[in-house]
Amino acid sequence: MDNKIALLKLLEENPRLTVAQLAQMADIPLTEAEATIHECEQNHTILGYRTMIDWDKTDLEAVTAFIEVKLQPQRGEGFDRIASHIYRWPEVTSVYLMSGGFDLAVTIQGKSLKEVAMFVATKLAPMEGVTATATHFVLKKYKDQGVEFVSAGETDHRNVIV
Amino acid sequence: MEMRERINPTVLDIRPSGIRRFFNIVSEMKDVISLGIGEPDFVTPWHICDAGIYSLEKGITCYTANAGLLELRREICKYLERRFGLGYDPATQVVVTVGGSEAIDLAVRSLVRPGDEVIIPEPCFVCYDAIVRLAGGVPVPVSTDMEHDFALTPEALEAAVTDKTRLVILSYPNNPTGAIMGRAELEAVAEVIRRHDLMVISDEIYGELTYGGEGHVSVASLPDMYDRTVVVNGFSKTYAMTGWRMGYATGHPEIIAAMTKIHQFAIMSAPTQSQYAAIEALRNGDGDIDRMRDEYDARRRLITEGLIAAGLSCYVPRGAFYVFPCIRSTGMTSEEFAEKLLHEKRVAVVPGDAFGACGEGYVRLSYAASVENITEALRRITEFVAEHKK
Repeated sequence: MDNKIALLKLLEENPRLTVAQLAQMADIPLTEAEATIHECEQNHTILGYRTMIDWDKTDLEAVTAFIEVKLQPQRGEGFDRIASHIYRWPEVTSVYLMSGGFDLAVTIQGKSLKEVAMFVATKLAPMEGVTATATHFVLKKYKDQGVEFVSAGETDHRNVIV
Repeated sequence: MEMRERINPTVLDIRPSGIRRFFNIVSEMKDVISLGIGEPDFVTPWHICDAGIYSLEKGITCYTANAGLLELRREICKYLERRFGLGYDPATQVVVTVGGSEAIDLAVRSLVRPGDEVIIPEPCFVCYDAIVRLAGGVPVPVSTDMEHDFALTPEALEAAVTDKTRLVILSYPNNPTGAIMGRAELEAVAEVIRRHDLMVISDEIYGELTYGGEGHVSVASLPDMYDRTVVVNGFSKTYAMTGWRMGYATGHPEIIAAMTKIHQFAIMSAPTQSQYAAIEALRNGDGDIDRMRDEYDARRRLITEGLIAAGLSCYVPRGAFYVFPCIRSTGMTSEEFAEKLLHEKRVAVVPGDAFGACGEGYVRLSYAASVENITEALRRITEFVAEHKK
């Protein structure tokens, strides 16, 4: 693995470590680690630093829905133009172009079922080029971005000293 | 009735494992970061668990052959050939055991006669001394030190050999020091072993966990050492499978037959579902080994540099998942250091003398722990060392 990829993988898993600690773990000089991270921030390889939070463990009410969207592709634009019209809404947290029975997989986050349903009914479905939508509400999050939500925080089963 | 008198004095005389000394204190304290744990912090890779579960679903809940499933022994031989260049016959040269510990016990009991001396380089894992005593042998500890990278030197070995010496137990990569012995170091020791016509038990349970350099070299792969050596290995550390209790030994057919005889009467056969899981591990687990080793390696550098920055002199470990810093600069004994560190900073480590008298002046830290716990523990240790500087 080249140094840059090794460093990025470590940073992705351990964003709260100092650059000096990351450099030790990746076995590269500190100056190289600093330069690599700076370069990756500049060229948007690193898009930001975020925290994984299980909001279900808080009092915050939040609803997530996956929406299958079928589209009428447009001449010269394919799906890109209409996709951009969809992903610019702040309620939309992800948009993927898919193979198979529908065209876009859209994730929406809102405060309530009603808010999400209204967004689909009033904003997404009527959009020009959208021919059909199917809304699926998320009931429970088991795993997201490689992190297991259900078992997270499970106690270490090992004896304290062996 | 005085029950103590009914118990075999050999058993009474064996000291309980020094590693367990702090166990009760630590388990009752809150907010303790334990770097005292000598097992992987990974969970067994899912495809391996799945193979074990599937064997249960199929209703394979019976004994296996005493020496283990032939299919598993075949995979073990392919693995040893592929990873370490060791060739064995699955039918006659492998016995599958309940963890590496049973394999060590079987090998010692098969080779050692009452009164035979067994050379054990220290610091080392706690089981060898007790197992040798139970077999009626006489353990002869040989010190290794930081100046020689905790490797056994031919001079130290030569000095310990007598006409009663029968066996040498080598355990590299080493728990607790993280030392390894490369080809040149092993060759120097092997020369002494051949000259005195000794046997070897080579505990290679950490063989997949070496960092940088040439990788693990088995002493059995050296000239005229193959027949003299019983290689002990297992799945616990390699695949994070400690609870499955899966180990094995390979060696000369006569020795393996003797070991299998004891195993047959004491154990019958190793757990069947674990054997099926082990087959899957050997067939499709090489990627898991690399992934876990790379992760240990990154933590190894983090913890070693952190300890050196804290002001402790420290051999840079080249294998296993332990680091063994010298704590003499604090003026404390190993035991005092470990006890004070636990009470004042809530970090659990194991005093070095638990691994033999020459481990005094050192403590063992395991880096089979999360990066968050390692960095927090390092912060606390740095404070602790500064507060106790002499």
